[in-house]
Amino acid sequence: MNSTATLPAGRFRLGFWTTVFALLTIPFLAITFLRFSKGLGAVTNLSDKFPWGLWIGFDLLCGVGLAAGAFTLTAVVHLFNLKRFEPIVRPTILTGFLGYIFVILALMFDLGQPWRIWHTIIYWNPHSVMFEVGWCVMLYTTVLSLEFAPVVLERFGFHAPVRMIHRLITPLVIAGVILSTLHQSSLGTLYLIVPSKLHPLWYSQLLPLFFYISAIGAGIGMVILESYMSKRAFGRHLEMDLLEPLARAMVVALGIYGLMRIQVIVRNGSYADVLNLTYEGKMFLLEFVLGVLLPVGLLAFRKLRTSPTWLVVGAFSAVLGFVVNRLNVSVTGMERASGIRYVPSVMEVIVSVTLIGIGMAAFALAVRYLKIFPEEKPAEEPEPEGS
Amino acid sequence: MTVGILFDMTKCIGCGACADACKEQNKLPGPVEEVTTAYTWTTVEAREGQYVRHLCMHCLVPTCASVCPVAALHKTPEGPVVYDADKCMGCRYCMMACPFDVPKYQWDRAIPIIGKCIMCTSRVKQGEATACATACPAEATVFGSRADMLKEAKERIRKEPDKYIDHVYGLKEAGGTGVLMISGVPFEKMGLKAKLTDEPPAMRTWQVLSNIPDFVAVWGVFLYGVHWITARRDTVAHHEAARKGPDTIDTTHTGRPS
Repeated sequence: MNSTATLPAGRFRLGFWTTVFALLTIPFLAITFLRFSKGLGAVTNLSDKFPWGLWIGFDLLCGVGLAAGAFTLTAVVHLFNLKRFEPIVRPTILTGFLGYIFVILALMFDLGQPWRIWHTIIYWNPHSVMFEVGWCVMLYTTVLSLEFAPVVLERFGFHAPVRMIHRLITPLVIAGVILSTLHQSSLGTLYLIVPSKLHPLWYSQLLPLFFYISAIGAGIGMVILESYMSKRAFGRHLEMDLLEPLARAMVVALGIYGLMRIQVIVRNGSYADVLNLTYEGKMFLLEFVLGVLLPVGLLAFRKLRTSPTWLVVGAFSAVLGFVVNRLNVSVTGMERASGIRYVPSVMEVIVSVTLIGIGMAAFALAVRYLKIFPEEKPAEEPEPEGS
Repeated sequence: MTVGILFDMTKCIGCGACADACKEQNKLPGPVEEVTTAYTWTTVEAREGQYVRHLCMHCLVPTCASVCPVAALHKTPEGPVVYDADKCMGCRYCMMACPFDVPKYQWDRAIPIIGKCIMCTSRVKQGEATACATACPAEATVFGSRADMLKEAKERIRKEPDKYIDHVYGLKEAGGTGVLMISGVPFEKMGLKAKLTDEPPAMRTWQVLSNIPDFVAVWGVFLYGVHWITARRDTVAHHEAARKGPDTIDTTHTGRPS
């Protein structure tokens, strides 16, 4: 089973998930039509009491957060000069780029008048966190597309622009890291404005820092997860020699993050909710066990970290916990103040799931037609349990 | 001069003339609804044996204006917090952020905008009172300069201390509001937001945002510095290896000889 750089394009296997996503496009198109003809109220469970739901909590907050692997790895390779991580940079940049496209597509659904999204360019309000978020999305998507451009340009033999990008790679990567730092943290800053609404288990002046560090942790988790999924889908081997040290970095990031979260909760007294197992307390526990305790507890051990199965379990748990955290900040923590329970409508879920499907299909197509993964040496055998 | 509205819950007779006048003044479609919506900018609600009005509080430092990415909301020099529908792209951060949950959305429209009380800004500009204050037959809603309204509120409390809670709602809430309220029943029981900070919420985000330029400069220099050091180490390692002979060339990137 020798995989090459571009995979054989001819065979198209209709798998279970492919079928599910293909079937989902029909209701997706119908919902899209309904959304733009009848308004947000016709398809979502959003209301005046709960103006932000799944599309912000999951699509935007998680889409951006889980794209954090891209800036982390480009920094590791190009700034910290750890060149051995080079082989996984391309798939990670692709994931980041697709993550941002996913976010922008979701915004096309969530914004009341998405055709005015460019208004942030001409109407300025530097006092608004959302203004910062908007600019970060625009600029970092540009940086990501420049970082990914060589892959596409190479494919079509345009070498001059590729050389130019290579020459400018250091400032480009630095711009990417700065923009990501601002963007990841700004999503936390968004919630600094609601001290009277967000539950104290999540509200803290440190929210920007929490969002930043947890995104680095979960972003690395996503890199591991994506390597695993590539392994399954494209018959590649897991680059354990690269993923194991990355997992260590993840343990450190999530460990620091978890410790800081505990400090805040102890100081503001909201641990009472955890002890009394209130609705918020339970949701916090779910988030904290999945997102911090399990990944840190498992992957702190070298033995588990070097086992592909446990590595993937730990990474998957970190990503899940991250998603629960973002939904807790955006939904769970806001429910008490709003006086209602928000549960997304089936149509909201279908839109989010279909957009993920589109992203995954784009990834698969890119792997098939572009040089995303490095050539594997024929001598290397795939990991035993995967084949 | 900043204008203000004083609403006295003990004087309100619940006739709803203010809500009707608001509909007419702002040409809002449909009848007055139970709760405020994008089409009903003020309501009168019976609670605890008196009446409470729901309307935009017209904060002195409006949270909605601070969070709007396209500056569609802003506070006029006269005091009303107004909305420019032509700029709004519908992110609804104002709804999320408002400590009083005032801005409402047109969930039923394909081209939706925000709806909220704009304190009859065109009337106010011409020196007239708001439609609601003009319509009020009971002196429960009165209009004037905020300073005068505050004086009036304190005067009413001073004259009849047994009748009123000794607090002017909006004096300090969320940094102070243009609309002031006095009541005979605790404000929390009247459905008004309690536990608001005296400091405007906008200060909390501004603390972070105002530091961004400094942060970008420092972070940029730091990152470039890291790159400078690691790249230099690499170069040195290569030079040293080249001097010692080809068999010691270290192809790892850490710069440490293997």
